[in-house]
Amino acid sequence: MEKRAIFDNKLLPYALLLPQILITLVFFYWPASQAVWQSFLIEDAFGTSSEFVWLDNYRDLLSKPDYYASMLTTAWFSAVVTFLAMAIALLLASMANKQISGRNAYRTLLVWPYAVAPALAGVLWLFMLQPSLGVLSKLLRANGVDWNPLLNSNHALIMVVLAATWKQISYNFLFFLAGLQAIPRSVIEAAAIDGARPMRRFWTIIFPLLSPTTFYLLVVNIVYVFFETFGIIDAMTSGGPARTTTTLVYKVYQDGKLGGDLGGSAAQSVILMAIVIGLTAIQFRFVERRVNY
Amino acid sequence: MASVTLDHLKKIYPGGVEAVKDVSLTVPDGSFTVLLGPSGCGKSTLLRMIAGLEGISSGTATIGERIVNEIEPAERDIAMVFQNYALYPHMSVYDNMAYGLRNRKVPEADIAARVNEAAKILSIESFLKRKPRELSGGQRQRVAMGRAIVRDPQVFLFDEPLSNLDAKLRVQMRLEIRRLHNRLKATSIFVTHDQVEAMTLADQVVVMNAGRVEQVGAPLAIYSRPASRFVAEFIGAPPMNLLRGTITAPGVVSIKDGLRLPFDQSAFDAGIGQTVDYGVRPEDVAITDMPAANGATEPSHSMTVDLIEELGSNRVIYGLLAGSGFALVTRTGIASADRVAFVLDPSSAHLFDGESGMSLRHAV
Repeated sequence: MEKRAIFDNKLLPYALLLPQILITLVFFYWPASQAVWQSFLIEDAFGTSSEFVWLDNYRDLLSKPDYYASMLTTAWFSAVVTFLAMAIALLLASMANKQISGRNAYRTLLVWPYAVAPALAGVLWLFMLQPSLGVLSKLLRANGVDWNPLLNSNHALIMVVLAATWKQISYNFLFFLAGLQAIPRSVIEAAAIDGARPMRRFWTIIFPLLSPTTFYLLVVNIVYVFFETFGIIDAMTSGGPARTTTTLVYKVYQDGKLGGDLGGSAAQSVILMAIVIGLTAIQFRFVERRVNY
Repeated sequence: MASVTLDHLKKIYPGGVEAVKDVSLTVPDGSFTVLLGPSGCGKSTLLRMIAGLEGISSGTATIGERIVNEIEPAERDIAMVFQNYALYPHMSVYDNMAYGLRNRKVPEADIAARVNEAAKILSIESFLKRKPRELSGGQRQRVAMGRAIVRDPQVFLFDEPLSNLDAKLRVQMRLEIRRLHNRLKATSIFVTHDQVEAMTLADQVVVMNAGRVEQVGAPLAIYSRPASRFVAEFIGAPPMNLLRGTITAPGVVSIKDGLRLPFDQSAFDAGIGQTVDYGVRPEDVAITDMPAANGATEPSHSMTVDLIEELGSNRVIYGLLAGSGFALVTRTGIASADRVAFVLDPSSAHLFDGESGMSLRHAV
């Protein structure tokens, strides 16, 4: 006999779901559908008239080399930040998982950067790396590096990567630590008795058992770099110098807000949305298949 | 194969908790030794110290000819079967068993031969390709054993490997482990809190209590000549009856209320006036007819029956004797009654010192 509360009222379930549905409708479906609609329109600079142009905005976008440049920047940026943020976090989590004194304090301190807003993180690193005043810049100059992220696009990219990575390590650290703690100690002890040295133990036992966590973080990190690094880029480089730090999401803002090309900007949004939907779909399928051993 | 020798082994955790207090022990080459004790007695810690999973605070552990205190678990040439099996969940049964050999760079052809042979011994050949999650508890247990035997180590360590199995499977695996040992003759150390497992598996039982070894001996010796009150109570089901009293005459312990119980004075080092615990196993108590019926020719005792446990092959009768709980086991006898009479054979009595709890029996 199934024990479950049954409500006779047919409307109650809808009433209970309503707030969630409303929020999703207002904050996701409505803007998303607006973006899709806008991407089919061309507006004049003053917003007084608009014309329905079908796929012209997309055609226009995909024929411009700077869109591909931005795509390449984003791909490179997300690959580097995701790899660094995950690798460093995994290293730190492996250390924090050991029996060391003061590990609770260590763990707490490592989580703090997550509470810093992206724009603030950007400003923080900007101060440290500012060519004439920054602490780190002085150090670099003293060691013969002509550090200037305002002019040198490689320097600018490194700076943005640093800030974006630093910000994301905490989040990854938390998940990796939880993942490591979920691995039974006896399995690792069994591997130790089976003659596996610590490095081999890590790559043959711990890392494979962490793979659901790793995959989840991979998707979350890519989405983070795609969207949430906007604040960092805006605060640090505003996409410059010479558009070398203009990621896809920053380009949406540049073209739409600053350039006034609402249709083109909307088309870019729709493409970005498609990418994220694709990533999420892959994640769900993968997680369902692999999360339980 | 090798013997294992522990010399004044101690484990003190940071914070001062002494889990193992001065344990000296020899596990002879090829023997099956069971560490038995209640939870928290330090038996698992001791096993993990032998394995190298816990550091040794003081004393030495020797496997074969080598002192292994500072040697990594991997280099000790041991294999361990864990309570939760600790199989590698992402590897097939075959890979689980091959893992230790691959770490030691054994050629794949040899690995295949050894894994297949072990699989045959344990009858797990048909699921070598499966993942651990697709196996039942008993099958996982076999794989864990297989992982140990393919390595052909000097010493097998078992950390309560049967406690996650249901009762029926436990009995079956117990028999298989013993059969396997008879066949491989490998030195084995087995930790359990189950006295039946200890009695049935061991060549040598080590009874532990509060970080110390209480008694070491063959199962039967431990059962028939317990060295202390703790061992007497821990071994045997139902546990030994123990009554506190004073020796008032040679071969007589007086409990309160005028109850006088007999013992064989020649077997014990006990003098008149000494406070002792008088022990007798429930299965050594012989039930007799009520005194009124047999004309009281034999010195017999009687007690009020409190409860009768029917076990099928025999029954356990519980009652009160001079204010203490007293149990006796009978194969036939009454199925229900108010009172029961019994005789005590002086030669089956045990005496323990009232203060130290140590047996007063003469050393043999």
